Amino acid sequence: LTTTPCRFQTHSLQDMRQQAAIASKVFVQRDYSTGTTCQFQMKFLPELENRIDKQQFEETVRTLNNLYAEAEKIGGKSYLEGCLACLTAYTIFLCMETHYEKVLKKIAKYIQEQNDKVYAPRGMLITDPIERGLRVVSFTAARE
Amino acid sequence: MSAIMVSKKVLRKWEKLPGKNTFCCDGRVMMARQKGVFYLTLFLIVGTCALFFAFECPYLAVHLSPAIPVFAIVLFFFVMATLLRTSFSDPGVLPRALPDEATFIEMEIEAANGNVPAGQRPPPRIRNVQINNQIVKLKYCYTCKIFRPPRASHCGICDNCVERFDHHCPWVGNCVGKRNYRYFYLFTLSLSLLTIYIFTFDIVHVVLRSVDSGFVNTLKDTPGTVLEVVVCFFTLWSVVGLTGFHTYLVSLNQTTNEDIKGSWSGKNRVQNPYSHRNIMKNCCEVLCGPMHPSALDRRGELIELALAPVPIPASKNNKENPQTTKTTAPLIPNEHTPDDVKSSIAPETEGDVEEKLSPLENKPLPSEPPTPPPADPAETTAVLEEAF
Repeated sequence: LTTTPCRFQTHSLQDMRQQAAIASKVFVQRDYSTGTTCQFQMKFLPELENRIDKQQFEETVRTLNNLYAEAEKIGGKSYLEGCLACLTAYTIFLCMETHYEKVLKKIAKYIQEQNDKVYAPRGMLITDPIERGLRVVSFTAARE
Repeated sequence: MSAIMVSKKVLRKWEKLPGKNTFCCDGRVMMARQKGVFYLTLFLIVGTCALFFAFECPYLAVHLSPAIPVFAIVLFFFVMATLLRTSFSDPGVLPRALPDEATFIEMEIEAANGNVPAGQRPPPRIRNVQINNQIVKLKYCYTCKIFRPPRASHCGICDNCVERFDHHCPWVGNCVGKRNYRYFYLFTLSLSLLTIYIFTFDIVHVVLRSVDSGFVNTLKDTPGTVLEVVVCFFTLWSVVGLTGFHTYLVSLNQTTNEDIKGSWSGKNRVQNPYSHRNIMKNCCEVLCGPMHPSALDRRGELIELALAPVPIPASKNNKENPQTTKTTAPLIPNEHTPDDVKSSIAPETEGDVEEKLSPLENKPLPSEPPTPPPADPAETTAVLEEAF
């Protein structure tokens, strides 16, 4: 065995396999330019170029961004929900859903719909960002 | 020909979560590992209130007003509800990157850093983003293998990255972060009010009684009062001070972590990009903002398949449930299975590999590795070498 540490040795062995695996997954990152509100980058990544339509991609990401903005909107309704919940010492959430949770369900449905109508026919799948802690939207090439 | 036995185990996702949290009630409750101080907090609050209801309330309800114990009960209920909410909920833990995402990020970092000559330390992994015309540095977390979102920090005690990390509070036995900060604030606020309330009425009670029976006799009649006064006195200084400090932080939309590090202290013209520059707006956002959901899905179901004995090598033999994040490979133990599952599978598969080499000597061992790329290449090497 050579003197290079194990890690580097296996890294070179695994390289080709890893690259093959990665080429099938693309991660759209968060856009932090407006703050910590949940928004995803609209930049059309080069890895997606031959796979999906740019406009379709932008449409999907834009809708997702709008939905998350709706979930995180700070306004009269959210204040009312906050104050009411506070008065009940937050026990009200043992039986009621928060506004955010309701919108998350909408988002899950939208993603399912997009997968069925737009992405699955082209051999791709989007994962719901909540599974990754709202950090990325991953586009997977669904092979086999 | 070998027979394949597939044993299916249905687990909840919390059982396989990394990090040093403890879970109760089948994943509904999430806390840190050390809970001793939390039990002390509970004991002090419940104990002092019990003494108050036993000694003060009967006297004051009769001599002053029955509203006094009623209001005390309401306050006590509010304190307990907010405390338990703070302690038991997910503070805003970020799930760790799955291997494919981690590798994607590593590749991006390597591409950004270019070729680093051997022997030189690679530059630190930092991503710059601009928020409200301010450059914010996002640091890479080596444990969670992600670039931390702004305001997130890694808690060493719980071994998790937490969003909008404030601090790890041993008194509540949990981290305080994005999802439970408002409960924590309301807990300190209501506890301050409760402490002041009990302290005040202890004094009133002692004074009223002393007028009738004298000071020393009063203390003999109600020994509980002395204990309450002592506890309340020390609690007052700490909890009221803490409430004041957090009120200051809330008004500026800052976290304890940022305050301690001096992130927005104003030197080098650095200002807090998250603040609305308006106290009311900041308070409203922090206390009445949207209730973020947990990203952890603790109670989701996870199906784990264990294959034993080793099946005849073929690419489609190991069933992969698309929902599972962990799969077991027939020949090589999967590096992502946590230690407890690994220990139950590894002896079987590794042992089988040794045994099966002789009958399978005419068949080549599969050249393809298990499907998810291992996170720990060093371990794979060890196993591969062992097998050969």
